[in-house]
Amino acid sequence: MKQFDYVRPASVAEAVAAAAQPGAVYLAAGTNLLDLMKGDVTRPDRLVDITHLDGLDGIEHLADGSVRIGALVSNADLAHDADFARSFPAVAEALLSGASAQLRNAATVGGNLLQRTRCAYFYDTASRCNKREAGSGCDARGGENRTHAVLGWSESCIATHPSDFCVPLVALDAVVEIEGRGGRREIALEELHRLPGDAPQRESALEPGDLIVAVRLPKAAREFASHARYLKVRERTSYAFAMVSAAAALRIENGKIAEARLALGGVAAKPWRARAAEDVLKGVAPTADAFQEAAWRALTDAKPSGDNAFKIELARRIVVRALTLAAAGTPARLPALPASPFASTSGAIHA
Amino acid sequence: MNHSISLTVNGARRDFVLDDPRVTLLDLLRERLHLTGTKKGCDRGQCGACTVLVDGKRINSCLALAISHDGADILTIEGLARGDQLHPVQAAFIAHDGFQCGFCTPGQIMSAIGMMQEAQAGNDPERIRECMSGNLCRCGAYAGIVDAVLEAQGQMDETNQRRSA
Amino acid sequence: MPELNLTSAPAHLRHGSNIGQPLTRRDGVLKVTGQATYAADNHPPGMLFAVIAVAGIAHGRVTSLDVAAAKRHPGVVDVMTPDHKPQLAIDPEIKTNPFVFRMEVLQSNEVRYANQPIAVVIAETLEAATEGAVLLAPRYETLPALVGLDAGESFVPPVVGVGNPTENHRGDIEAGLASAQKQIDATYETPPQYHNAMEPHAIVAHWDGDNLQIDMPTQGLALSLARVAELFGIAHDKIHIRSPFLGGGFGSKGLMAGPPVLGVMAAKLVGKPVKLVLRREQMYGPVGHRAPTRQRLRLGADGEGRLTALDHHARTVSSTFDDFYEPAADVSHTLYAAPAIRTSHDAVRVNTGTPLFMRAPGEATGSIALESAIDEMAWACGMDPLAFRLKNYAEVEPVSGKPFSSKALRACYDQGAARFGWAKRPLQPRQMRDDAGLLVGWGMGTATFPALMFQAEARAAIRRDGSGVMEIGAHDMGQGAWTALAQIAADAVGLDIDRVAFKAGTSDLPDAGIAGGSAHTATAGAAIHSAGAAVIAKLADLATGDERSPLFGAGNTGVIAREGRLIRRDDESRGESYSEILARAGIAEVEARGTGAPNPATMEEYAMHAHGAVFAEVKVDPELGQVRVSRMVGAFAAGRIVNPRMVQSQLFGGMIWGLSFALHEEAVTDKRSGRIMNANLGEYHVPVNADVPPLDVITVEEHDPHVNALGIKGVGEIGITGSAGAVANAVWHATGVRVRKFPIRIEALLTQR
Repeated sequence: MKQFDYVRPASVAEAVAAAAQPGAVYLAAGTNLLDLMKGDVTRPDRLVDITHLDGLDGIEHLADGSVRIGALVSNADLAHDADFARSFPAVAEALLSGASAQLRNAATVGGNLLQRTRCAYFYDTASRCNKREAGSGCDARGGENRTHAVLGWSESCIATHPSDFCVPLVALDAVVEIEGRGGRREIALEELHRLPGDAPQRESALEPGDLIVAVRLPKAAREFASHARYLKVRERTSYAFAMVSAAAALRIENGKIAEARLALGGVAAKPWRARAAEDVLKGVAPTADAFQEAAWRALTDAKPSGDNAFKIELARRIVVRALTLAAAGTPARLPALPASPFASTSGAIHA
Repeated sequence: MNHSISLTVNGARRDFVLDDPRVTLLDLLRERLHLTGTKKGCDRGQCGACTVLVDGKRINSCLALAISHDGADILTIEGLARGDQLHPVQAAFIAHDGFQCGFCTPGQIMSAIGMMQEAQAGNDPERIRECMSGNLCRCGAYAGIVDAVLEAQGQMDETNQRRSA
Repeated sequence: MPELNLTSAPAHLRHGSNIGQPLTRRDGVLKVTGQATYAADNHPPGMLFAVIAVAGIAHGRVTSLDVAAAKRHPGVVDVMTPDHKPQLAIDPEIKTNPFVFRMEVLQSNEVRYANQPIAVVIAETLEAATEGAVLLAPRYETLPALVGLDAGESFVPPVVGVGNPTENHRGDIEAGLASAQKQIDATYETPPQYHNAMEPHAIVAHWDGDNLQIDMPTQGLALSLARVAELFGIAHDKIHIRSPFLGGGFGSKGLMAGPPVLGVMAAKLVGKPVKLVLRREQMYGPVGHRAPTRQRLRLGADGEGRLTALDHHARTVSSTFDDFYEPAADVSHTLYAAPAIRTSHDAVRVNTGTPLFMRAPGEATGSIALESAIDEMAWACGMDPLAFRLKNYAEVEPVSGKPFSSKALRACYDQGAARFGWAKRPLQPRQMRDDAGLLVGWGMGTATFPALMFQAEARAAIRRDGSGVMEIGAHDMGQGAWTALAQIAADAVGLDIDRVAFKAGTSDLPDAGIAGGSAHTATAGAAIHSAGAAVIAKLADLATGDERSPLFGAGNTGVIAREGRLIRRDDESRGESYSEILARAGIAEVEARGTGAPNPATMEEYAMHAHGAVFAEVKVDPELGQVRVSRMVGAFAAGRIVNPRMVQSQLFGGMIWGLSFALHEEAVTDKRSGRIMNANLGEYHVPVNADVPPLDVITVEEHDPHVNALGIKGVGEIGITGSAGAVANAVWHATGVRVRKFPIRIEALLTQR
């Protein structure tokens, strides 16, 4: 790990000023940053430790019905907040399906949004990676890429965004509050992450010094609480990144879908909102045929970036299943295995 | 640049000067405080061997900078037993053979204690398995680990009931 | 190292013998309190930290290292490179015996595999050494990397495993196939796997003049000591290795590898104690792995489901510079009674660290292929897989015709199947679902592992206070040597276990042989048994030859040792305590040595194997393809069980390795660079707690008078065999999809809805 200056600002304004310098990065829990620094994937000159700042670790219920989550709230504290989990069950389920209990206790809301890809070629400093070193090339193309992107990728980069949390958040129109050199602003979470294009090193809409201070879920997001699920297919029952995941949320009125929200994880460089699929579900009955149609719409633009054509079919099937589970209703208690296809296994076997 | 920091480790306050901000909590415990019960299995948050409680919560000490945890209260495997009196989780791990080589064991035990305090799993074996999945055991002692946690959980539930009665 | 404070608490009732009792681990308190000292926990005064820099290419040579940049980093003391290092006494490329493997200890600039050590940075802190290794910024001349099972011309290696013939046959394979009513011709692939013990390889090396103190996990103290002695040109008695606990070994800590040697060199270079610990990613290269295989099985069966031929060919790889060949096909020698059996191997060379023994080397890889093929043939014959196996039950070892020294496999099948409920299994696949709509499948596999013996020696003593001593340089890597061997020792000297000072884990004790091949308890146990018998015999001589003793005249064989006393066999009321005998003789202690070794005559006469039957249930999401094992039952017959509690744990562990083999483990290598792209524990998956279902182990009673004096067959490795195939066969039974490439991946199961 490269030597760095350690700065502990006393205020958000001090933090922004300190982090605006070239080579500076924010340190929150460090669960992703330290991993990257230990692998020499990233070698910052200055760490601006925001963990001692006041006022960033609260969950507030605002007068307009929205919920504002401080950037330093831990993943575990958010998921286990009973009010929050009741209102946004798919978000809680996604949080609890990610990483391990230890990591969720440490990792923050802001950090989760900004976690870097798990692409092996990004991590492997002996390989070429346009994201790690702009213009060096992409060894993932033509390499071991069965887990890579099927949507929104470019010849420069086929990496995916690994967050589970972001998937239901983007489906529910979450907003990110940012403190920057120009003061406070906010953007839709959907606008936070960038697709790679020809500049995969630019991963987000953040400018130097920008600090995510909170994430907000609007009042309308609560209206899906009784029909919201997150589903995640992985290669280990727990403690594994998503091969493909989906968040599905439905507002069902009089047996018809009044409004649908759908997003996919593990398929692109950003959490992938599937608006075309949402549109076909609006106003129809929650049937298998409707969900199939939505799944086809969601993956219309998908194409393999390597040995991963199967992920397109898998994504379709996950969409159908996630919608089916959402339509069946949010369970009263989160399953023992959150977001797992084995969540509801009861045991009895029929020939 | 030197940084003065202060930690409470297993109940005792430790003040010291950190000459390098790169030192992780894990390496601080192992290499500088010589509390080597906490193990380094992967150093990347992927195995759980380094699990300790920080302010009562289980975390991977390998992915925590010591300097950032200035003022924190740390509990490690060395801080559990009271003299010869083992913590119920420690005793249950022995009784249920919840380990073989023992290298992941301090992390498993700290994780189990952290999990009980989180009160999410209760005595449901499936939830315990899920909530203990951040601690790899290559020897494959998972069955004993789950049994040990169930027994310790039961004992602690009983103790709590007696206290509240 | 302070005296180990071992304990048998909480105590358990014992009935006579210590052997057979489910004692809890005597090192348990140390391990649950964090007081068990693993190698990297040592910190002698003045110790420096060494970190290895490894190659970023798989083939070529290092053309430059920025040593100056590394040395400029504060705290860096020295950088060891091919141009700046202590000289070794012998060339590390010379194989001085069959258990010596070539290692990279900076003898040249050549790079022969990715993650090969190319320099060592020594510094005052771990942080400085770690960054120093990065600052070396090596440059390379890169040559094309040889990768995979088709990397080049194949060849037939002279031997596979440790001296096994490359080819074996009995009967006429082609005739057997030609006469068959049903034929299976299937090819299976297994990936490279890495041991990934939780404890990374570590060494603390400390030179004091010519004396060398080493803390290092090793499964072979004596072999490691001999290797260090020859590499550094020092006498054996100048070296002291301590290995009281291994944080897992699984074969990767059996033989001396390059990294610990680099630690000893670094300590010599700087004249201070040095600690060198591998980073997790550095364990994917210089410390061995399980080689990939491609196995073709051709089976023939007659109209009644009797095998007519079994042809098993395995392609594997070795490194470009040394030889270890996974003996995958050899598992077909022993299990099924085909009149014609042929096993053969070939190999290619690739740019990889040399493959090595990894828990059940050959048996694990071979078993998943053989058990899959047997399952395929049972289906082809329209037979239940257990019925098919029973139909082809081998009453004698098929390839050799030798009788088995013992074989309770039939009982394993019966008891395992009964416990599992196998009789209710529908023959057709894809017939069962659970309440949630998940596909359910049941599969089985036969487990087998040879009952091996190596060489070991032990020293026993009886002290004047009536207590005993047993010394043997045995290794506890989790299997429970501190407990199981102490149990054998206690019986051997006729004392309660708490009255025997059992010493193990250091190189100054008698050579216990290697802890591998599932043979450590048998081998070390035999030595302990023999040393105990010898010391009791000496004690008996003292008593029976002394007319003041109540045992006078009883003769050497006329007494038995029990609870610290010798008593007359023909009159148990007459006897005296060990301390009385020694006090009267005026002797502080009597001592004796004993050995354990294979008996060539028995080996000639008998086929000696442990056996078992494993039954697995899996659930598979019908649309999404994700698999979860929901229960497993294993019934194993492995001779005498010394400690049922720890044997159960060992067998559980093996079954989990089998599950992992079928569903999880795979080192993914980039075909262009030869680099392993998942050299970590996040993406190289081993099972987590939630992957492991309720497990059930039955240890089937088995008495084997031939394998060794104690009748022990060993349980360390057999659990993997059978289990991997059982899980794979259950996946087929659940889905109707036969996957022949392991681990079974989601995409393989998406083919059908």
